[in-house]
Amino acid sequence: MPSLKELVQKPKKIMSGHRSCRGCGFPIIARHILRATDKPVVVVNATGCMEVTTTIYPQTAWQIPWMHNAFENAAATMSGIVAAYNFLKKSKKLDKEIKFVVFGGDGGTYDIGLQALSGAWERGDNFLYVCYDNQAYMNTGIQRSSATPVGAITSTTPLGKIHKGKEGDRKDIVKIACAHNLPYVAQTAIHNWLDLYNKAKKAIETNGPTFLNVLSPCVLGWKYDSALTIELSRLAAETCYWPLYEIEKGVYKINYIPQNKLPIIEFIKHQARFKHLLNKENKEILNQLQRYVDQSWENLLKKNQPL
Amino acid sequence: MITKSKKTEVVFTGAEAAAMAMKQINPGVISIYPITPQTYIAENISKFVADGEMDTEQINVESEHSALSAVAGAEAAGVRAMTATSSQGLALMWEILSVVSGLRLPVVMNVVNRALSAPINIHADHSDVMGSRDLGWIQIFSENPQEVYDHTFLALKLAENKDILLPVMVCQDGFITSHCSENMRVLPDTIVKKFIGEYTPTNRLLDVNNPITVGPLVLPDYFLEIKKMQSEAILNALKIYLKIIKELSALTGRSYDYFEEYKTKDAKAVIVVMSSSAGTARQAVDELRQKGLKVGLIKIRLFRPFPYEAIAKILQNIKIIGVLDRAESLGAQPPLSAEIKNSLYGRKSMPIIKNYIYGLGGRDLTVEQTKDVYKSLLEQKQQKNSIEYIGLNT
Repeated sequence: MPSLKELVQKPKKIMSGHRSCRGCGFPIIARHILRATDKPVVVVNATGCMEVTTTIYPQTAWQIPWMHNAFENAAATMSGIVAAYNFLKKSKKLDKEIKFVVFGGDGGTYDIGLQALSGAWERGDNFLYVCYDNQAYMNTGIQRSSATPVGAITSTTPLGKIHKGKEGDRKDIVKIACAHNLPYVAQTAIHNWLDLYNKAKKAIETNGPTFLNVLSPCVLGWKYDSALTIELSRLAAETCYWPLYEIEKGVYKINYIPQNKLPIIEFIKHQARFKHLLNKENKEILNQLQRYVDQSWENLLKKNQPL
Repeated sequence: MITKSKKTEVVFTGAEAAAMAMKQINPGVISIYPITPQTYIAENISKFVADGEMDTEQINVESEHSALSAVAGAEAAGVRAMTATSSQGLALMWEILSVVSGLRLPVVMNVVNRALSAPINIHADHSDVMGSRDLGWIQIFSENPQEVYDHTFLALKLAENKDILLPVMVCQDGFITSHCSENMRVLPDTIVKKFIGEYTPTNRLLDVNNPITVGPLVLPDYFLEIKKMQSEAILNALKIYLKIIKELSALTGRSYDYFEEYKTKDAKAVIVVMSSSAGTARQAVDELRQKGLKVGLIKIRLFRPFPYEAIAKILQNIKIIGVLDRAESLGAQPPLSAEIKNSLYGRKSMPIIKNYIYGLGGRDLTVEQTKDVYKSLLEQKQQKNSIEYIGLNT
């Protein structure tokens, strides 16, 4: 296991100088995940913040082969690339071992890209799909997605007189991934660089389709002080809003169990998307969010099979 | 299903002809989603792959959208990649059709034309492909299985030409062509291999030592220039097309001009039509010529890029033209008719042009009906600028 100091000295696959916001979570995700292999990597990006901010023509932040096709077809596009790779390998026109990684936001993964992703998973296409989950359509100006948590204000679930933000719980994409019997599925976060690195390494080295769901704090969408990105990621884990866990060949393992599970308010109080939940009149919505977190956490604990 | 044979004279349906051409091209990746009437191509390809007669990696996707997306990825990665579809499938691909042409990926796709819903219908018309006519694909229309077969090689050579680098659709009429068997000739594998050559793309995603960024965000400062380059590329195809068909004709002995002229030299009235109906119209011409009526036929092969100059050269000398469209452009001039009129604007002589809509949703076009069209053209009975519907029950 290399030290963090050694890791940051590796050649960068995505360069600084791109146009993502100050405090954005996904550059950390992409950079760190791609450190987890020394083999050549080909990346596909779904339409979204990462694609838009890293490739404004004629510049590119990518030092490795990179492709964007459209919003909902990142997985299908990668399936085509992997098939081309398999063809060139078997025809002995290519001898290098290449790794394949897709990055999509929650909109491109939970919503519009789910069909193509499910198809690739069912076929067993050999690549890692990473969802950088910032919990709404941030690139188009913060509209709700099926990853948006209950109560969150977005531009399509605004704070109104009757409706108070997103109604209903978020979709459990990890369960959906598991339903495809993938060899490796994990949820991770950027404040725990070792957890992120280890899971990325395991996912990239596993033969077959693998999935990582990574929380990607969004300064503009969550509306918080950009200095708090890592802290918010940490609080998401400490409140069990975003548990760190993995499922290897169907076996669940929680990688971090907080000694003192914090109430959800500790996570949401820094974020203006939840500001109305601090008012007494919206107490029931806050309770609903807490119930969702507690229920999901308890379910996860029941499945946990530590070695 | 195609049975193994070494014979060059075969009896194939249009779908089998397409599958045979794809087999001989032996692309790196094929990804097809089933849809009637295209499905028979996918089934034939699957059998070839299952029997090891193709080296192709076959991806059985969950939609046409993913079929074309995967093909785009494979082509960008650096291999030949092909697909096929019909109707709703082509409509579902719509978004990626313009991505493929915009990224300059030389994909070849066989399109088995079928009416677009609603009402849902599985039979031939051109409403599917006409909806995609402005998305930057070269479009070649085929009359019969032989043309489907030949055009698929022509399409590949056009697509991959370094001065073109654009995707190509090879169209055939659903069921009428795709499911009817006809005598045709196939080329030996070695000849096909020599004609299409080794695939040597300049930029490949899998060339990891020379990383490229494919499909970046392009803002107003460069977008217009990139689109202008694409426009020049598809116009380049007009000239390069002539060179490629010369090579192909030398191998097959058949001709592939932008359009086929049939007895137009002294014709007073000419019908312009595409795909399988050309066979019907040719029969009508022969029967009417026997009675001394001077009628002729133009069968359009290349629809995108449209050969305006070449068409005008012939048609400006004709007195009356009837354009038969197998698709509507609702609220506007029918697609083929609009192009014929475009090509004749501002020429020395302006023929009378009459519009006909026929064959929607697989409605038959008979020789008798076509003869009636010719007679009506010769009598100049029809009102100017109206659209007549052939075989409409009122």
